[in-house]
Amino acid sequence: MSKKEQIAGNVANYVDERTGAAKWLKKNLTKVFPDHWSFMLGEIALYSFIILLLTGTFLTFWFDPSQNEVVYNGSYVPLQHVSMSASYASTLHISFDVRGGLLMRQIHHWAALIFMVAIVAHLLRVFFTGAFRKPREFNWLIGVGLLTLGIVEGFLGYSLPDDLLSGTGIRIAEAIIQAIPVVGSYLAFFAFGGAFPGHVFISRIYTVHVLLLPGIFLALITIHLMLVWYQKHTQYPGPGRTEKNVVGYPLMPVYMAKAGGFFFIVFGITAFLGAFASINPIWLYGPYTPGQISAGSQPDWYMGWLDGLVRAAPPLETHAFGHTISWNILIPGLIIPGILFTGMALYPFIESWMTGDKREHHLLDRPRNAPNRTALGAMSLAFMLVALINGGNDIIATHFHLTINGIMWFTRIGLFVVPPIVFVITKRLCLSLQRADRELVLHGRETGRLLMLPHGEFVEVHEPLSAEKIYTLTQHEQNAPLALPDVDQNGVRGATGLKGKLRKRFSVAHAEQVPSPTLTEAKAIEHH
Amino acid sequence: MTSDIQKFEDPGLPEHVHRKADHDENAAKAAEKKVAILFVISALGTLLLIGSYYFVKSTTFIFLPIMGDTNAQQLGIGAGLGIALLFIGLGAIQWARTLMPDTEVVAERHEFRSEDKDREDFVATVKERAGAAGLGRRSLIKRSLGLAVGLVGLSPLVLLRDLGPLPRKYLSTTDWKSGTRLVLDPSGRPIKPEDLEVGAVAQVLPELPAGTERTLENIGKDAVLLIRIRPEEFNLDAERLSWTHEGIIAFSKICSHMGCAVALYEQQTKHLLCPCHQSTFDVTRAAKVIFGPAARPLPQLAITVDSEGYLVAKQGFTEPIGPSFWERSS
Amino acid sequence: MTSGIKKLSRYRRHRWAAPALLVVALIGLGTTFSVASEAPAAQNVAVTQQSSQITEGKRIFLQGCSSCHGLNAEGGAIAPSLIGVGAAAVDFQVGTGRMPMADMSQQAMRKKPVYDAVQTAALAAYVASLAPGPQAVDPTSLNYERDGNTAQGGTLFRNNCAMCHNFAAQGGALTLGKYAPTLMGVDPKYIYEAMITGPQSMPKFSDKTISPAEKLSIIKWIKAAQSEPSLGGASLGRVGPVTEGLLAWTLGLGLLIGIAVWLASKAR
Repeated sequence: MSKKEQIAGNVANYVDERTGAAKWLKKNLTKVFPDHWSFMLGEIALYSFIILLLTGTFLTFWFDPSQNEVVYNGSYVPLQHVSMSASYASTLHISFDVRGGLLMRQIHHWAALIFMVAIVAHLLRVFFTGAFRKPREFNWLIGVGLLTLGIVEGFLGYSLPDDLLSGTGIRIAEAIIQAIPVVGSYLAFFAFGGAFPGHVFISRIYTVHVLLLPGIFLALITIHLMLVWYQKHTQYPGPGRTEKNVVGYPLMPVYMAKAGGFFFIVFGITAFLGAFASINPIWLYGPYTPGQISAGSQPDWYMGWLDGLVRAAPPLETHAFGHTISWNILIPGLIIPGILFTGMALYPFIESWMTGDKREHHLLDRPRNAPNRTALGAMSLAFMLVALINGGNDIIATHFHLTINGIMWFTRIGLFVVPPIVFVITKRLCLSLQRADRELVLHGRETGRLLMLPHGEFVEVHEPLSAEKIYTLTQHEQNAPLALPDVDQNGVRGATGLKGKLRKRFSVAHAEQVPSPTLTEAKAIEHH
Repeated sequence: MTSDIQKFEDPGLPEHVHRKADHDENAAKAAEKKVAILFVISALGTLLLIGSYYFVKSTTFIFLPIMGDTNAQQLGIGAGLGIALLFIGLGAIQWARTLMPDTEVVAERHEFRSEDKDREDFVATVKERAGAAGLGRRSLIKRSLGLAVGLVGLSPLVLLRDLGPLPRKYLSTTDWKSGTRLVLDPSGRPIKPEDLEVGAVAQVLPELPAGTERTLENIGKDAVLLIRIRPEEFNLDAERLSWTHEGIIAFSKICSHMGCAVALYEQQTKHLLCPCHQSTFDVTRAAKVIFGPAARPLPQLAITVDSEGYLVAKQGFTEPIGPSFWERSS
Repeated sequence: MTSGIKKLSRYRRHRWAAPALLVVALIGLGTTFSVASEAPAAQNVAVTQQSSQITEGKRIFLQGCSSCHGLNAEGGAIAPSLIGVGAAAVDFQVGTGRMPMADMSQQAMRKKPVYDAVQTAALAAYVASLAPGPQAVDPTSLNYERDGNTAQGGTLFRNNCAMCHNFAAQGGALTLGKYAPTLMGVDPKYIYEAMITGPQSMPKFSDKTISPAEKLSIIKWIKAAQSEPSLGGASLGRVGPVTEGLLAWTLGLGLLIGIAVWLASKAR
């Protein structure tokens, strides 16, 4: 035994005698993780979060979360002698008088954008492959919670510098709070410590941004990961992959090296973005004052859909009995987002109710093999995209020579018309792809080579697929609609009511698919 | 489905294909070298970071295509950090891909559901322990505990009360009163009607009593936009027309929708546009909403001139300015 | 009339009154030729030049402008009256190529000028001769680098200009396809003339609300913003978070997915 091994052994012995870690580690170091690029999306989010913690801590060393008025005398000339809040001045200080400060600010902000991008991309992967199904509903719920908190955390973060753009965002947030019936103006006065903008809001959201929400994030992310660990990762279908196993690489050493390496990749790419691409140039926005505004005032992208909905809202207000209800704020600002996020959170349970499927699923669906779900997802995505486009309608108008009024009308109509169209197209597309798969399995791949038959006819040579490929294309389950009785056991028609009828219709829609080719069919074709 | 239909069978895991480096010692050496090169590049990146931090002045700019003159220090530190981190990652992944064992392993899954026996035992244990604690029988304890926990849970509502004052009349009032002079934002100079030509605008605030400092809260509800058009272009009722002065009309600059500063004035169309949500107001018709989500016109401020000829408010705003709230009556 | 004289004195105070332009104003004020004939000989020559300039200007006007603006610049169904807009408006509109318009779009665009400096001056002289109005700005009088204050200009810009032209003077959208143009690369003279004449959708900014010195500060700030180097990397158009979000989704996520695909691929 070498000296090194001896020392390592001693340390390990010391720790194990006190924790019994060896047994647990022995088992988990060989934990298997399936390898696929789309499984890295969640990791991008996780690593962005770590980058946010690191760069955020750096920024707190100089940031002064105070709205006390100061006169700037740092090195950015165009703002010298301008009075501003201490938080704006200290952000300028970080940007121009701390070496690497602007870089850290930019990495922090880029990491925040990538964090949200990765969460949404990860959510789409999980949704379209059906990874949220039993037993992973809890993780879906935690994921929806993380997404929601991420939006809030991002908004609070970019509001901290107290610049003209983010101040406008806070102004709008205050208007949303103020619009809440009955308690709105009280809540607004409590949040802002009096009238808007007040002197306490920045320091309050600072505590929430750097302490409260990151703490909740840490807790939720830990549970999220522990559940992934405990339930084992899902895998894509393929030869040798079943509901009962998981095929991949062991944690030690391959997955450790890959996942650990990927952290540095994400950090590196974010650092490059921070070095080469300017983000949130607050020195150009100027300090916040309620009397000023810039053309093209937008939130960050993950709030853009919300702003787009608010822009598209009809001018509705109710004035009755000496009170006002602002539907033009409440509907797009609170009610629609509430419905969207509740619907998203409940989707795993809704789907299981529609299909009656209560089994565990560890093999992922290819999106085309679940046409109804894929179409629903595409439909929701289309709704969000239309709203997001409207959130940037002024920038789009000037850059593509359109009119904001035109884009607004497109949005107002599009929000209702585009999603159903996308649903129908996506569903048809999925079924066509299933049909194409079927053709491929039964008749092989077109090679482009022509062959002349003895009687002069030309035929294209088809090459049969490999057994692995055929299995991948045909392994999926054949859906069957729920066999719900039209007549209940007492002989009463439609006794199940509207709920039962709906469930039946949904279940039929969800089961729609092209029958998967079978060996029997393939043999029958061969005999011809 | 009848049972004589056969599905395609699972051919099982494909045979493992060995990499060059698995059997060729030279290839393995070459792969090792590649990984090492990636790690060395990372080290060079850190050197670039350190060099830029200490030896490049923050005032040095270098010209780069597309980006133009770029701050060399920020770029050097950032590019150095980026290279240092990225290449550690590339090296580690390349190492894993080419030299670490790449045989796929299979692990079994087990159903999460507990065995029936365990479930029964669990239920029995819970029942037994709960029974021992008397949870079922001692309803007085249960109820009083519920009361205590419920009440203490509500205490934050009390403790957070001092977060802010009550709004009272604040949202319905501004600093504009009868006779308040209109002064320019930010210079603070008073303004006469003849200072504004037809087609001109001015951003104004109320003149505050001497010794009063203007706060952002003041600006947030006092900001007013002054516009001069030809008087015959107005399409106002008699009262609102009397609130204008020689074609000069004053509106609250705080949007009646969500409080942004509405100041995009189109001189030809006489339309005011809010850049936040694109509500559009017609100046000639007392800022009537003609497009967008705002539901109410911008409040109009009645103006006139004082004995020295300066523009003053005839009276305060007759309605609350800014976004709606529950207590607003119209 | 009084306001015309007031304006005149204002411009003289700021040393824009080149002798020839002074005469334009005199004619604009309706002084008779006899007044000019009593003037010193040098001025007399100027007046003669001036009147020939006006004749030339009228000739160009009848050829290139009258079809929309009317034979006597009284305006028409599709174009406003030019009586009283002054030389500054003509200098701005023609000098920046906005007039004559290429097509009947929502808004006249900045483009390569159709008329050269001499022709533009002639047109300006003609329009100024119709009624008094702001005079064209002498660029040498705009010493904004010396007389302006960048920080003050920035505050004024954010108060009066940023709502349409964006925080970094990159331009922004107005209603129904109209837009506030970018101010990047615009001649200081034209920025000044735009502020005093209020071209197209833009309102006027009177010298009493934004003093000439404050206007120079605004110009100085715009020029500082224009020449500001990349402090934090590529500017992404300086239009706010829209392009930032786009870059995060395309380049950011694209690169990361690219590397993830490589990571999950099997080495040979």
